Amino acid sequence: MFLLSPPALTLLVFFFVPLVIMASYTVREGTFGVASRTFSLDSFRTLTENPGFLRLLKDSMVLSLQTSFFAILLAYPVAYFLVFHAGKRRMSLLTLLIVPAWTSYLLRILAWKLILGSNGVLNYTLLNLGWIDEGVPIFLYSRTAVLITLVYVWVPFAALPIFSSLERIQRHLLEAASDLGAKPWESFLRVTLPLSFPGILAAFFFVSIPTVGEWVTPTLVGGVDGIMYGNLIQDQFSRALNWPMGALLSMVLLVIVLVAVMVFNRFVNITEVGAYG
Amino acid sequence: MAEARVAARWAGAGYYALLALFLYMPIFLLIVFSFNDSVILAFPLKGFTLEWYHELLQAEELLASIKNSLLVGFLASAVSLALGTLAAIAIMRFRFRGRDTFLSFASLPLVIPYVVLGVALLILFSALGIDLYLWTVAIGHVVINVPYVMLIVAARLAGFQANLEEAAMDLGATYWVTLTKVTLPLSAPALVAAFLSSFTTSFDEFTLAFFLAGTQNTLPVYLYSQLRFPSRLPLAVSLAAVVMVVSILILLLSEWLRRIGAGASKTKGIK
Repeated sequence: MFLLSPPALTLLVFFFVPLVIMASYTVREGTFGVASRTFSLDSFRTLTENPGFLRLLKDSMVLSLQTSFFAILLAYPVAYFLVFHAGKRRMSLLTLLIVPAWTSYLLRILAWKLILGSNGVLNYTLLNLGWIDEGVPIFLYSRTAVLITLVYVWVPFAALPIFSSLERIQRHLLEAASDLGAKPWESFLRVTLPLSFPGILAAFFFVSIPTVGEWVTPTLVGGVDGIMYGNLIQDQFSRALNWPMGALLSMVLLVIVLVAVMVFNRFVNITEVGAYG
Repeated sequence: MAEARVAARWAGAGYYALLALFLYMPIFLLIVFSFNDSVILAFPLKGFTLEWYHELLQAEELLASIKNSLLVGFLASAVSLALGTLAAIAIMRFRFRGRDTFLSFASLPLVIPYVVLGVALLILFSALGIDLYLWTVAIGHVVINVPYVMLIVAARLAGFQANLEEAAMDLGATYWVTLTKVTLPLSAPALVAAFLSSFTTSFDEFTLAFFLAGTQNTLPVYLYSQLRFPSRLPLAVSLAAVVMVVSILILLLSEWLRRIGAGASKTKGIK
């Protein structure tokens, strides 16, 4: 038991206690001094009276669902190709796709800024091809820009669990389907796809959960229209200095994430997927 | 049939190439711009220069932030490695009441939004009257890294039989000797991989550092502050090129060690 106490104690003090203190902050009047010890339901009132907060929460959830959807859509065919057609080199080819994800997150976002900007690479290319007459500024500083950047960031992580679920499909099941007269697309729809569903679900989980609280990408490529719920939280702490409000917004997000985790946990083994690190 | 398979294979290979291009293009772009002789990061390119790399070596704030990031990275990874390994040994080699509960709770930092953890720790440190400094960032990084270390080391422990340890103890070794002479050496590749994985996570982590660094800068915090000034971007871009190449090398090493670490057996969950 003495082995377990150092890690357990660390997580208790620096993970659970902070969350409990934060929860207690939601019913305080202000950030510092006496106000930080006075009971108040002001933040709850602000939250319920301003539809803007909850609308942004909804937008963030929609964005995280869209990100997961497109990331899986892009990742599935490549995982399928690697497992069924790439032979012995499939692990190396998979690693090759993961490598970009190991480089600085901020700098990859910066790269997208350079691509999507009005003097950016995309506009330059389209202009030179003659497809457009003048720079189209819509690419940068919009929700679409946030979505594109997030999908870019998460595609490799969506590919991993799908790859591993396809790897586990026993080949003789596919042979059996084909022997019984199934056409290739039939055996894909009725054997491969259902059997890879746990991988799709895991990919969905590991993309949607972290993106729902995302605030850095919206800050850098989203502009005014692209800000997300995570930006609200960050703003309460770094500019508005309304910690009770920020604590409440954080708790709402945390509860949503925990409920999602509990639902997912019935279908997916977190520790298993987490082992891909 | 065979023709359809060949066609599918080529279509798949083509799609793979396109996706790889999509994933690598932004990185190549940054590297190209890092040699571009212009303050404005846009096409057409203006000519080749090493000026940005030259300036990089003289940017003192930047070098200080790299030093800070290295410090935080080493500190956080060393502590995470120790704590995560203890947790992994406890859950893999002992059956105890509350084991499953511990496993679930210890995995929670894997799913918490970093912005939530960041502000929660900010509130904690302020409630305790602790000044924000580099080591408060390190604490945040320890919290998010311990579950990863635990899972990586546990996967390795699952890969070799506990009876090697039992044999050592049957032959008279104490538990401590068994731990240091059998368990840890056998886990060495996983330990190195876990350390490198923690280190790179910590080195690149922005949100927690943003809330917990106080007046200090880690590299991502410094970069973030520079992204607002267009004239400083070329410097950031040349730094990007260097950081990317170095982190890719480190992570390839770590991935290679993890493969050895997990052994021939496939990495399975530990529930």
